[in-house]
Parts: sequence; C-alpha cells; structure tokens
Amino acid sequence: MAAPAPTKAGLRDCRDAWSATLIELAEKDPRIVAVVNDSVGSSKLGGFQKQFPERLVNVGIAEQCMVGVGAGLANGGKVPFVSAASCFLTGRSLEQVKADVAYANFNVKLVGQSSGIAYGELGATHHSIEDFAWLRPLTNITVIVPADAWETAEAVKWAAEHEGPVYLRLSRMPVPDLAVENRVFRPGKAEVLRAGNDVTLIANGTISHIALAAADLLAAEGINARVLNMATLNPLDEEAVLAAAEETGAIVTAEEASVRGGLGGAVAELTSAHRAVPVERVGFPGFLPTGSVEWLFKEYGLSPEGIAERAKAAMARAGK
Amino acid sequence: MTLANDTAAVIREKALWMRRTAFRMVHEAQLGHPGGDFSAIDVMATLYFGVMNYDPAKPDWAGRDRFIMSKGHATGALYTALCAAGYYPEDWLKTYMQPKSLLNGHPNRNYLPGIETNTGPLGHGFPVALGIAIAGQISGADYRTFVLTGDGEQQEGSNWEAAMTAGHRKLENLTLIIDRNRLQQGQGTEQTAGLDPLDDKYRAFGFHVEMVDGHDVDALLAVLSASPKGRGKPLCVIANTVKGKGVSFMENQASWHHGVPNAEQFAKAMEELV
Repeated sequence: MAAPAPTKAGLRDCRDAWSATLIELAEKDPRIVAVVNDSVGSSKLGGFQKQFPERLVNVGIAEQCMVGVGAGLANGGKVPFVSAASCFLTGRSLEQVKADVAYANFNVKLVGQSSGIAYGELGATHHSIEDFAWLRPLTNITVIVPADAWETAEAVKWAAEHEGPVYLRLSRMPVPDLAVENRVFRPGKAEVLRAGNDVTLIANGTISHIALAAADLLAAEGINARVLNMATLNPLDEEAVLAAAEETGAIVTAEEASVRGGLGGAVAELTSAHRAVPVERVGFPGFLPTGSVEWLFKEYGLSPEGIAERAKAAMARAGK
Repeated sequence: MTLANDTAAVIREKALWMRRTAFRMVHEAQLGHPGGDFSAIDVMATLYFGVMNYDPAKPDWAGRDRFIMSKGHATGALYTALCAAGYYPEDWLKTYMQPKSLLNGHPNRNYLPGIETNTGPLGHGFPVALGIAIAGQISGADYRTFVLTGDGEQQEGSNWEAAMTAGHRKLENLTLIIDRNRLQQGQGTEQTAGLDPLDDKYRAFGFHVEMVDGHDVDALLAVLSASPKGRGKPLCVIANTVKGKGVSFMENQASWHHGVPNAEQFAKAMEELV
C-alpha cells in the first residue's frame, strides 16, 4: 500500500491508513463489508462506498441495530468492519457488543473512530475514555490500539485475517510515525520502543510517541526508561509487563483513556497479583472539563513532561 | 389425505411432543419460561417441520434458512424444536440448566448446533436477523431468515431500528414473527406500554403484514411457506397466541411466564397434553 502522505510536520491521520487498507483488502476478499451509522465521512469510508456501494451497509443513526447487523452479517459469511465513533459504538451498543459479538463469538471487527478525547471541546458525551474498561472483561475481544499509520494498516490487515471479534481503537488525531526501525506487528505482544532498566513507560495509541519523548527527557537526566508500545490491550502481554516489573521495579502507564480499568488498570491488576511494584497511571480521572485536545492532554499530564514527572514519582516510590 | 394435510398432521404431532417434553424439562429443572414456550411452539413446529430448509447434519451449511429465537428465554420451545429436527439426541434435553449443561437458560450458539445467535437480552434477535438477511441480499443467496420476538419485546427500541432498515432495504428474504400473546411477565402489554395497532405500525415501516391465529397450523403454513419472491417487502406475521396454550390452568396467566409446576400440576398438564 502506498502510505498516505504525512500532513503538517510529518503527522498522519491514521484514518487514511485504515480506509486505504480496508479498500485494498476488500479488493481481494469479497466477504469484507463495512457497516456504519451514518458515519461514512467520519470513518473516511467515502472511497470504499464509491468502489463497493453494495458492500457499505448504512443502517442510519442506530448503533444497537448496527452492531447486531454486524453479527448477522458474520452469520451470513461476511467479514464485517463495523465503524463508528467509539463513544457510540461501545457505549450506546455495549449490550450488543457483549451479547451479539463477544458472547456469541462472531467474526465481527468493531472499529472505534475518533476515540479517546479526539472530540475535545464537544465534551464528555463525545469522549470515549471508558471503552477500555467496558471491553476488557469481554475476554475474547482482541483490543488493538494502533500508535501510528503503519501500525493502523497492520492492525486492519491482521483483523481481517483473524477469525474472531476485534476492537480496533482509532483516532482522528494526527500522530507522527513512531521513530523506531525495523518494526514488526505482533498482535498480543508489547513492542519495545526503547530499552532501559530504571523505569518502564507503557503506552499505546496516540500516547506512545509522547512516552518516547518522555524517555528522551528522562535520558537527559541520566534515567534510562524502557518504553513499551502496548498496542494490544486485550489480551495483555503479561510476560512483558512482569518482566518490566522485575527488571525495572517501577512502571508508568499512559493512555488516552480513563485511569480506571484501562491499560493502567490491567497493568495494576497483573502486577499486584504477581510482582507488586509502584504503578503510576497517567490518563483521565473521569468526566473532563471543556477544553481542546491539546489543553486536556497537558492538563492531565499526557505530555512528555507530565509522563517524565510520573516516572520519577514511580521510581521514588520504589526507593530508586 | 393431501400432502398439505400430511404436513400439518406432522407439525401437530411434533408440537404436542415439544409441549410435553418442554414441560417435563421445566418440571425437572424447576426453572424455565413455560408460558412463552407454549405460546410459541406451534409457530416453531410449523417453521421446522413445514417451512424451513435446513440439514441438521450440516448446521453451518451456508444456504440454510435461519431461525432466530429473539425471545431467548423460551428455550423449552427452542431446544425441543432443534432436538426434534435432529440436531442432537433427546438425552441432551435431560441436562436442561444443570451445571455445565449445553442447554443454558438462554441459547448459546457455541454450545449447541442449530442455534444462529445468542439471545436473552430482549431486542437483539431482530437486528441480527436483519444482518443475516442483508448478507443474503448482498450475495444474492436464496435462504430465508425468520426471527421470532415476543410481543412485550417489541417495546425494545432496537426492534424499530431494525424495522426501519428492513423496510428501507425491501428485504423480502426476512420474516419477523411476533408472538402476540398479549402478556408480558407482570401484566398485559396493553396495560404496560401498549403496542396496538401493531399491524399498522409495521405497515408504516414498509412490511407486508399478516395476522394469523398462532395456533392454527394450516393458517401458519399458508402464510409462512408462501414464497416471498417478488413481494418487495419484508414480511411481518403477527401470530395471535395464548400464553400457556394447551394447559387449561396456564392459559392466559401471566404468572406462568416463569412459573414452574409442582408434581400435581405437572401430572395434570400431562393428562391434558394428549
């Protein structure tokens, strides 16, 4: 696939990688269909619709129906990618996600668009910071949170091949390509973005590149931070987390999500049971005040400085 | 005897067996929803023994007609129908709701062959059936999809989301059957959040509507086995039924929604179900 061109300052909108990859896959696999809730534009599926008009199922603004239809399409032998703003896809139709997709174990790909706080000033109704906590207990849904355009394309390809329910959590926020050489997409495995043994920073999605920048700040102070890109939230790479606990003794999680029940929750659950170390969770405490994405990120410490500060706090708690 | 009469006789015989067997399962488990089992059984026996095209030896056959029990609590009706259709042996029915049984209180497609999707929370079956029908429409496949909902279940808004798209897409391969026994678990539907005029509502959503006596096998056969091709609309069959149908002391009693029989009631029901 020709990678979509970077936007300003080398940033890319991962939705372009998502839609280009879906078209590429759909050209080869006639089973692939897209299901939307009037979300063709926000899902960037205009090109798909133009090329495969019969394979774009728009049920209108009806999310419960949309997810049920996804399950039914899977029953009928299709590979449905159900794409909608993640706040509605996971919140409005949570029971359909639970019963029709997860419990029934249908081969449905849920694609949460504009996730996290991408809608910024539109407020908490449109933020999707609870989705990790809602979906993690549905253990057979693979939850993937790509960090950049390359990883988005890889995740879409993997989801199409994988037999079983998947939740791809995408953003509309432009992000840089992660500055790491020779990447290989390994679902279910943490990707070591940077080696280090003083503290571990675990992030995913839009926050992974910020965690790498935080590691640069720490390095300037002589602290070698390990940075893990935890693109697969469910199932969690327990081995990598426990190794981080054992080898670095202090962990920071950072995610564009609630600090309750998401990546931080998963890491804290695991380490508290097997290798208790200080875990600092960076994310959002609950419903957020009005503000731009940039302002909210800074306000809640999802910045290189904020994450570096929490890394030092975790190390202090560990007596390092 | 004509062929149609033959088919109707087989359906009646199967329905009787299903009622007796389902009630035995509920009696033994002391759990279940026998009132709604009994209102739905004649519809289900008609579908499985007079209408649907399926092969129990190949439950995943892509061309099969699909049936979805959206009122998932009526497992007494569903499990006996699938057993009678040959999906699994009668022995399995004895495990109904026992620890680790494949016959869970609500159906699970991963446990038993012949179950198309997991149901239980109301208002889920119709959208899933819609998706199956759309898959058929996209592929140009010939199969039909049938979904049975309770009437109280029609209060769930997700049904109306599905109805809107089904009508919009003119899905003639889709049949919605409403088990119109007029009782939900606590009281009448019309005393709760009234549904009437249900037929006009579905007509307004673009359906061809048929109202039938849901215990009249000949009427059900006529409506359900007629080819939908060329109709250009999805079909809604409002099956007027009696909750607890077939057992005098259960008929039209909301308490038998999830009531279970004691030994005396069980014996009396078996005397009546002949």
